[in-house]
Amino acid sequence: MTPYLSLSIWVPIAAGLAVLGVGRDRDAAFARWIALTGAVAGFLVTIPLYAHFDTATSAMQFVEYASWIPRFGIHYHVGVDGISVLFILLNSLMTVLVVWAGWEVITTRVAQYMAAFLIMSGLMNGVFCALDGILFYVFFEAMLIPMYLIIGVWGGPNRVYAAMKFFLYTLLGSLLMLVALIYLYSVSESFEILEWYKVPLEMGAQIPLWIAFFLAFAVKVPMWPVHTWLPDAHVEAPTGGSVVLAAITLKIGAYGFVRFILPIVPDASRYLSGFVITLSLIAVVYIGFVALVQTDMKKLIAYSSISHMGFVTLGFFLYSQLGVEGALAQMLSHGFVSAAMFLCVGVMYDRMHSRQIADYGGVVNTMPKFAAFMMLFAMANAGLPGTSGFVGEFLVILAAVKADFWLGFAAAVTLILGAAYTLWMYKRVIFGPVANANVAKLTDIGRREFWLLTVLAVAVLGMGLWPKPLIDVMHVSVANLLQTVARSKL
Amino acid sequence: MTMRDLYLLVPLAPLAASVIVGLFGPKLGRSLSHWLCILGVAISFAASIAIVRDVHAGHLFNGDVYTWLASGSLRLAVGFLIDPLTATMLIIVTFVSLMVHIYTVGYMADDPGYTRFFSYISLFTFSMLMLVMSNNFMQLFFGWEAVGLVSYLLIGFWYERPTATYANLKAFLANRVGDFGFVLGIGLVLAYFGTLDYAPVFAKAGSMAGTTIAPWAGGAWSLMTAICICLFVGAMGKSAQVPLHVWLPDSMEGPTPISALIHAATMVTAGIFMVARMSPLFEWSETALSFVTVIGATTALFMAFLGIVQNDIKRVVAYSTLSQLGYMTVALGVSAYSAAIFHLMTHAFFKALLFLGAGSVIIAVHHEQDLRHMGGLRRYMPITYVTAVIGSLALAGIPPFAGFYSKDAIIEAVGLSHVGGHRYAYFAVMAGVFVTAFYSFRMLFLAFHGEERFHPHAAQQGAADPQGKHAQGEHAHDASSAAGAEPDAHVHDAGPPRESPWVVTVPLILLAIPSVFAGWAYVQPMLFGDWFGNSIFVREPHAVLGELKGEWQGPLAFALHSLATAPFWLAIAGIATAVYLYLVNPAMPARIAARFAAITTLLDNKYYFDRFNDWFFAGGARWLGNFASTYGDRTIIDGWVVNGSAKLVGIASRAFRRIQSGYVYHYAFMMILGVFGLLYWWGVR
Repeated sequence: MTPYLSLSIWVPIAAGLAVLGVGRDRDAAFARWIALTGAVAGFLVTIPLYAHFDTATSAMQFVEYASWIPRFGIHYHVGVDGISVLFILLNSLMTVLVVWAGWEVITTRVAQYMAAFLIMSGLMNGVFCALDGILFYVFFEAMLIPMYLIIGVWGGPNRVYAAMKFFLYTLLGSLLMLVALIYLYSVSESFEILEWYKVPLEMGAQIPLWIAFFLAFAVKVPMWPVHTWLPDAHVEAPTGGSVVLAAITLKIGAYGFVRFILPIVPDASRYLSGFVITLSLIAVVYIGFVALVQTDMKKLIAYSSISHMGFVTLGFFLYSQLGVEGALAQMLSHGFVSAAMFLCVGVMYDRMHSRQIADYGGVVNTMPKFAAFMMLFAMANAGLPGTSGFVGEFLVILAAVKADFWLGFAAAVTLILGAAYTLWMYKRVIFGPVANANVAKLTDIGRREFWLLTVLAVAVLGMGLWPKPLIDVMHVSVANLLQTVARSKL
Repeated sequence: MTMRDLYLLVPLAPLAASVIVGLFGPKLGRSLSHWLCILGVAISFAASIAIVRDVHAGHLFNGDVYTWLASGSLRLAVGFLIDPLTATMLIIVTFVSLMVHIYTVGYMADDPGYTRFFSYISLFTFSMLMLVMSNNFMQLFFGWEAVGLVSYLLIGFWYERPTATYANLKAFLANRVGDFGFVLGIGLVLAYFGTLDYAPVFAKAGSMAGTTIAPWAGGAWSLMTAICICLFVGAMGKSAQVPLHVWLPDSMEGPTPISALIHAATMVTAGIFMVARMSPLFEWSETALSFVTVIGATTALFMAFLGIVQNDIKRVVAYSTLSQLGYMTVALGVSAYSAAIFHLMTHAFFKALLFLGAGSVIIAVHHEQDLRHMGGLRRYMPITYVTAVIGSLALAGIPPFAGFYSKDAIIEAVGLSHVGGHRYAYFAVMAGVFVTAFYSFRMLFLAFHGEERFHPHAAQQGAADPQGKHAQGEHAHDASSAAGAEPDAHVHDAGPPRESPWVVTVPLILLAIPSVFAGWAYVQPMLFGDWFGNSIFVREPHAVLGELKGEWQGPLAFALHSLATAPFWLAIAGIATAVYLYLVNPAMPARIAARFAAITTLLDNKYYFDRFNDWFFAGGARWLGNFASTYGDRTIIDGWVVNGSAKLVGIASRAFRRIQSGYVYHYAFMMILGVFGLLYWWGVR
């Protein structure tokens, strides 16, 4: 059997190393082509993961198992189920887009830039398919390095503060997770994540474990109140960095909840579900208001990301098929929509070198095609039916109303707030008469940008009009997850 | 072709036209674009006629087209429910849409966004059709939001005008407030019925009537009341009921054809249609019905008052739309659902007619919308004038015009009702008749009669007019919007008003015909016959129309009988007052306005709804956001916790650095201290 998962991890990393070999900017064109080839190859090897995926079983598929550090029983063990497989595809697709998006924009240290994204892509695929605790931890921490470099080297004026904040925040969050992994090894004699699902744990052990995992993943999601690294990181990151950060990195935090927290410490999760739901709703409502008043477009979208991710954690902790599938759908959709929104800001930033809303106005007059694309993505961000943004929000709100009317009530506030902050920004940036001479000089999107946005537009509309093929992949795995969570470990 | 294909054809024909024109419009050119869109809607209209005949031959349909999503036991699908209610809506939507499509050819003739406009209105038609054809709540919500989107795009069609983009944002957000309630209602339906398909939900409604939910410990709400009020909040947004009505007058910033199609005839009636569709639910909640009645009555009367003080011709018609939507809502509240749909239909015809007539006038006087700068137009544009008279008579409810039958039926139904708030509602709809007749004829007289007040202004407007430049390709929308005129790019001289071209007048005539006859012709089958079959459900204690049926002796007798009833004389009195104030004694209105300054101010400020919303909701949200952003995020989380802990580490390390002094005697001293400490510890133990 072809080791598709290993390919999806190592093809981009190998391509990244090859690009690094190019080195100098004199050969930038060469570096770009190698990078694009690597990214496309990395995407192509993930397609069989979907095509050959068996939706009838919740067991891990495409499993590869090899000994890595025999002394501690650490294995190179990878596999995917219905929860993780789609994120590998999403990640690999985003890598292609990001490499392509940086094509003409990045002119210094091109090879290193491309390599950082390719390597990070491989590492993140590793995170999504690792079934060994230590293997997961290695990928999880290793991917910080390329992102740290992307922000720190190609970022904006305040990039060092942002990169540092990003690194320390996430690193501090995940240190306790290492302790948790080692503790789990000590009680189960194994680093197999799936073994940990079965190991009995006292409540006294579950709560500390829960806190350790929760800190690691809540920072990544990010949940309120450990979210303040994200706006800074987004603002300083180059467009590609923001795209990957929003589309994939945040999903890793949410993925941790369903891979580790819910099945490994189910009793603690149930005990603390009110706490997580409260934080999620604060993210939806409080962050919604914060997003409303941002004057920097990237910051606004960053806050909107936090608010949308609140739906993901909310959906997980409702413990229903509808809620969890809605949350996963929201993760996928947010991958497309936030990526598209950041690309849109990037398109304008490349021309105007400003992210301030106040510097824009009347962009539609000079960039009508772009305005049409951005309208679509803004509407998706506001959760309009027919776009992918609707699917997750709708399912989670339905699940929330089912759980408790007032939960649904608070969650549904996003219908108003999401529309308010997104469309108000759109109005100020895109509509109106031409605001100044710089806007008057804008040129509409070129062919590269057009196709880039078209790919995302197709994804956003496709998922909005017919989400079934994506959601069907999840059913059995989600049902199995909910059964696992329902079984007490006490 | 099977009927199922025909059902599919109805929404897909306009969608296909919209997508093609939207993507390739500029390449196709204007005439191909508009022919494609008109063809799409014409196909829909023809198919709708076939469907309505088929339905009345007894062929109903309820089936899915494709499964949108499945999760657990829940299956969400896109599907059609074809029954008499749907079929009626199909006819109304496609007919008015077709008229508006044709009219647009003339009205938007020189606008640079011509093909974009056609793409939008075809997309709107598609969305509206999906809404009315839906067989489940999910698709209903789809259509619901999709028409909202197109409405947003079309109100902001002239995106350079700040007023237009303000209005479209306001419209979208006000609608989202309604949708907030709507989604919660759908959530409750799913939570308690376990499905979102109409048929099983409606079938189970009766057995769920006694169910209560506990919104807090110990509380008990009727489930049906909670569901119906939540759903109705959605209708309040879409159908612009007080207090969510604020967006509709501002939506007049959009081009006139869409004011007729979206903001009068079809989209705003989606809420009315929805409640009628949900009659099997609403019937089980007295509380919800009386809530609906009171909201509708308030809208019907108080929005009519605002129609009196408006000087913008489109805004008069807009407030009249609000008031008429209030009438329909009252009809829903008193369980006269078929009367509501009947009024929806007649209103669609005469209100579209009035809006398109207003548009025709606006073209004729060179994009002037202020009634004070019109007058005496009947000599110049006879077709527009006659059709406007017909529309006004229908709106005022004078027999035998269409509006008379539907409005009188509503008033009679309210009179027979016993739902909570029915006395207030009866007073409101009666008083509303006088006000409606008064403002309709005020508008008619100001525009078409009296002295000609347009010439000096038009000349001046023409000289200083930025639109001449516009026609040469320059954009000057905002400048003209300051003057309150529609800035579409008609090339015009400042000559005398002329009758509009045939593409404009033919739709007027075609809409005038049903405005005259639709009431007479359909009152019997729709209200007292079996037109709606089982698609509307009324419980026995609410069956006011059933009571009316006992006295029914045909449309002629109904009209004659009305001559001896109060509503007729109220309408006549309203018209007479308008005649006196605007034809006989034109100096009076200003004196009255000055005499009752307090009331005039209140009306001029539209009861201060906008001010309050701007201050409380918009301002409050920004204040909250700034507060949370500045204090919550930057000061507390980032300032104290994040950077604070970094500072703490800094302070701590500065302290510890002192210990690392590098002097051997410091270390030796510490070692000695340590040794003593250890010895003491061991010694004590």
